[in-house]
Amino acid sequence: MAKKEEDVKLLGFWASPFSGRVKMALKLKGVSYEYLEQDIVDKSALLLELNPVFKKVPVLVHEGKILAESHLILEYIDQTWKNNPILPQDPYEKAMARFWAKFVDEQVGPVCFKSVAKPDKGIEVAIEEGQELITFLEKELTGKDFFGGKTIGFLDLVAGSMIPFCIARGWEGMGINMIPEEKFPELNRWIKNLSDIEIVRECIPHREKQIEHMMKVAERIKLA
Amino acid sequence: MGLISDEYVRLLGAWPSPFVLRTRIALNLKRVPYEYLEEEDTLNSESVLNYNPVHKQIPILIHGNKPIRESLNIVMYVDETWLSGPPILPSDPFDRAVARFWDVYIDEHCFTSINGVAVAKDEEERKAAVAKLEMCMALLEETFQECSKGRGFFGGDNIGFIDIGFGSMLGPLKVLEKFSGVKFIHPEKTPGLFHWADRFYAHEAVKPVMPDIEKLVEFARLKFNTSIFK
Repeated sequence: MAKKEEDVKLLGFWASPFSGRVKMALKLKGVSYEYLEQDIVDKSALLLELNPVFKKVPVLVHEGKILAESHLILEYIDQTWKNNPILPQDPYEKAMARFWAKFVDEQVGPVCFKSVAKPDKGIEVAIEEGQELITFLEKELTGKDFFGGKTIGFLDLVAGSMIPFCIARGWEGMGINMIPEEKFPELNRWIKNLSDIEIVRECIPHREKQIEHMMKVAERIKLA
Repeated sequence: MGLISDEYVRLLGAWPSPFVLRTRIALNLKRVPYEYLEEEDTLNSESVLNYNPVHKQIPILIHGNKPIRESLNIVMYVDETWLSGPPILPSDPFDRAVARFWDVYIDEHCFTSINGVAVAKDEEERKAAVAKLEMCMALLEETFQECSKGRGFFGGDNIGFIDIGFGSMLGPLKVLEKFSGVKFIHPEKTPGLFHWADRFYAHEAVKPVMPDIEKLVEFARLKFNTSIFK
């Protein structure tokens, strides 16, 4: 049954990995939606009305229901449109996917980037600590095409939007290779696998623009 | 062949931790028999390091030989693995997302504000932290009214995900109330929460595992050597 495009709206920001992964999930499920680009500095009345608690993107609106927090939105999408499942069925596999997704967003993402942008303990230590964190993910990928197995899943969407197509580009802008091939062969293979998928390519920000954006974010971090 | 739900369950925890409490309440709600292992020194514990090398933190649920980490993750795992008894999370995808959203708020804002009051270095910092925490309580009062729809818990007639997430914070809140002189859960300002707290404490899944307040007070005094606890 076809749904009107207006049934689903997504408020997002072009450079946000949190928005990007929701776009990927909607595309994976073949869901049409209206995309509303947001200014995350000068926030719109609509964004503040729809997400008064956190005032952040992404926000998904589906048939009048308002959802915030990207992980919750991904799970909602997965439970509402049942084709191309994103989360594993098995409760333990699900728990692992959720655990690693939280790890990506709370530790590998912002912390990793902040510590490299403003290296209080020196840049070498920041790089080492950051790479120590992604070593956990390298191990999780061993022998698999994707974190989800043969096809992309929840953790691929979360880690994919955050790491190679956001944080790593930030590091690149600072002249550092976050995920060198010799140290992280599995992750490099995974990034290549991800890049071969059309819906991923369609939902990641433009490379040069993203690097430029991340440099601005780094400047703000340095001045803070 | 045995069912997965029949495999041996162990929980590594620490008695003062509200996060551990969440997992114990969930296991009790589902009547899951489990062995509880008190970890007194989590940073130096071999078991903790072995099962949670990423964060080196408790709670850790070990089901058979599989470790599950992080309190809310564990609560969801328990809900999805042991299917008898009332569900902790609703089955409707939107209602699930709402319940989980409020637990994100509780962990990111509420718990952070509780900590903020505890570690405040001076009166000014404490006042600001108290104000923040009072705002959290006001929002959660509204949420309680909306979610409970006149029934006893955030989850309706039964304890649900938000009840567990927020109820586990009642101990730390009571400790702060004792030291700061501020009633965060107030009979007039937050009447819904006020009565809900009594119901929560009295629940058969909660009562046996809720830490004794006096013990928590002593623990806080030793842990936080900050102005509020002197």
